Amino acid sequence: MVLLIKYTLLYAVVLLLVALGGMFSERSGVINIALEGIMTIGGLAGVFVLALLGGKLPTPVLVALSIVTSIVTGMIYSLLLAFSAITLKADQTIGGTALNMLATAIAIVSVKAFNNSSAAGNGAASAKLTYDNSPFIYKIGPVTINIFFILAIIILVCSSIFLFRTKWGLRLRACGEHPQAADSVGINVYRWRYAGVVISGALGGLGGLAYIVPSVSTWNFEVGVAGAGFLALAVMIFGQWKPYRIAGAAVFFAVFKSLANIADSTALANLGWSKNIYSMMPFIASMIILAFTSKNSRAPKAEGIPYDKGAR
Amino acid sequence: MANDYIIEMLNITKEFPGIKANDNVTLQLRRGEIHALLGENGAGKSTLMSILFGLYQPTSGMIKMNGQEVHINNPNDANDLNIGMVHQHFKLVECFSVLDNIVLGVEPTKGLFLEKKGARERVMALSDKYGLKVDPDALISDITVGMQQRTEILKMLYRDNDVLIFDEPTAVLTPQEIEELMKIMKNLAKEGKSILFITHKLNEIMEVADRCTILRKGKYIGTVDIKDTTKEELSRMMVGRDVSFSVDKKPAQPGETVLKVEHMTVPSKVHSNNAVKDISFNVRRGEIVCIAGIDGNGQSEFVQALTGLEKMSSGKLIFEGKDITNATIREKSKAGMSHIPEDRHKHGLVLDYTLEQNMVLQRYWEPEFQKAGFIKNKAVRAYSDRLIEQYDVRSGQGSSTVVRSMSGGNQQKAIIAREIDKDPELLVAVQPTRGLDVGAIEYIHKQLVAQRDSGKAVLLVSLELDEVMDVSDRILVMYEGELVGQLDPKQITVEELGLYMAGAKRDEVPAEV
Repeated sequence: MVLLIKYTLLYAVVLLLVALGGMFSERSGVINIALEGIMTIGGLAGVFVLALLGGKLPTPVLVALSIVTSIVTGMIYSLLLAFSAITLKADQTIGGTALNMLATAIAIVSVKAFNNSSAAGNGAASAKLTYDNSPFIYKIGPVTINIFFILAIIILVCSSIFLFRTKWGLRLRACGEHPQAADSVGINVYRWRYAGVVISGALGGLGGLAYIVPSVSTWNFEVGVAGAGFLALAVMIFGQWKPYRIAGAAVFFAVFKSLANIADSTALANLGWSKNIYSMMPFIASMIILAFTSKNSRAPKAEGIPYDKGAR
Repeated sequence: MANDYIIEMLNITKEFPGIKANDNVTLQLRRGEIHALLGENGAGKSTLMSILFGLYQPTSGMIKMNGQEVHINNPNDANDLNIGMVHQHFKLVECFSVLDNIVLGVEPTKGLFLEKKGARERVMALSDKYGLKVDPDALISDITVGMQQRTEILKMLYRDNDVLIFDEPTAVLTPQEIEELMKIMKNLAKEGKSILFITHKLNEIMEVADRCTILRKGKYIGTVDIKDTTKEELSRMMVGRDVSFSVDKKPAQPGETVLKVEHMTVPSKVHSNNAVKDISFNVRRGEIVCIAGIDGNGQSEFVQALTGLEKMSSGKLIFEGKDITNATIREKSKAGMSHIPEDRHKHGLVLDYTLEQNMVLQRYWEPEFQKAGFIKNKAVRAYSDRLIEQYDVRSGQGSSTVVRSMSGGNQQKAIIAREIDKDPELLVAVQPTRGLDVGAIEYIHKQLVAQRDSGKAVLLVSLELDEVMDVSDRILVMYEGELVGQLDPKQITVEELGLYMAGAKRDEVPAEV
């Protein structure tokens, strides 16, 4: 049971961070299907910091540096989406998909190149990166708390306050609902949409690091982040673009996801089900839930539609 | 010299590629007056106002405010000069509250956070002062169009705007709401606000405006004092020829029954009551039957059930002797029922299709237009070209124009061309002249009468009293989903009709005449 809670929290934190990121982007009017790729790139950058500088820096500095690196990298990568979707008014889904493919490719190429040069041909064919993840793990009794958990709670509360209690939140939401209305009262829609996408890049990058680092000390970048970004999108929709509901949805999805991890070591093993069934569960659950809830979903009205000042 | 003009737009010319939208137009707005800007669809009114609001830059000419030349490069500049605009399509965020919409862009804050208490008090004070009743906490999606418009007006007042532009504000309102708006506008002018009022409805200008500037095809025609002019003169200036307000028609010669409605009941989508309650009547060849009533008394639901857009819960429809109660929309259309829908954007046209594609929307499967599943593009083009020619549908690129880019009047003409050319036995026309200028209205009324004279049945649903009185041969008044009166337009007055529409008077309506 403790194991279940541990894994649930681990995944819930990731899904929460990334889904909140998606929420900011979509609330501003840009569908961010590139979350998967942003996570990969952000995670990659943070892991590189660990692999290169691990042991050379004091622990708090190392932790902070890797977190900041993944956030900044995620922001920069998301600017590509913002540029194509907002400035060039390109189709947001296609742009996002392209970024997803690009991200995994970048990760594989750079990790392989890194391995090649450092291990003199030894790890040539592998896209695996090994690092020390102990700086991120604090043990309180039997429960392992990772720093991302604390960050996620803070970000969750701040997101809600930002969105519903500040004028910036009001403006951001207006841009996603009715950009013409926002424009007519002097709000720069393009700028707010950039802001929304870049915030989602920051949270996506952080989420990527939070997904990879705490649980394992080796990551194979050939899988990117294994669909976690898409799962986060489902969490966001299930959470109806509202921070606290997203938190609830993240926990819900995380339970399913962690069932797969602990199936072998608990009473569930007696059922004799293949582990694959548990692995499928979060995805099947998201399909079923979305099928039933999408009818009532209250997506931002103008999301996915490039804003064109000239159009009436 | 004390200048009594608050805004002057002098010799404004605006050229778009291939067209002069404004050609040397001058408009001078006095402080505290209501100034109407009159013109047909496409006369350049909106372009001129967009220039004043900073959405476009004029090719030549200058704008003066209080005698000083100003440059308005974007809506923010206009805001800074205290120029506000109520757009024809409201700029309101549907899932925000009234209050949030009003403060959006000029939010009062306390530290990092929104501070809505003071804003609410100010909004309520303004609302009291000008008689603009709103519920500040209601969501825009839950309130009436009238209240949405009051929210837009409050948005301008909250920003201390002195010059208020109203872009066709009455197009979306019910007669009661229009009356209320007129009162509000007079009130605002009395308080020293200067109002620019874009419209093509002459009655409203005569009622509320002090002066009127007329545009025709982008050119400045003149500015007149309303107290020295008449409706006829205004319409002559606007259209460039005499327009007859009364519809010229011979007495009706009704023949056999085409449509019989028997005990139709339609459930409402918004409340648990029925929207249409057990109504029965018939429509005969060679007559125009008009269903009159105040908006929201079940007319829309009735038409939707009649044409097949919605299901009725009980009752029967007999069309030319056949039971079509459960027929599909296409079956009804093929049987000879044409429908000019209330909402031309939602039910009349596919806005992002070309004009020719829209012209064959109901007929593309006919052998004339397809072979083995492939559309015969040449035949479609030829057919569309003929309709455009015959019904004088004007558009930028003829048959290949994307319908969204056409003016409202020409979109409506396209629908009318398509529906009439099907040679229907029954033409159901719902508010066919909504939002159109007098020239287009005259044209559409003529088409309806022509249909009647060629022996077809016409069922007209209208909210416009003038239209009801002038065009119809028989009036059925609908009140709260029931038919409460059958009237002869030649024998009643508008006042009497009003009593029926308001539910103050009712009598039995025979199921058949």
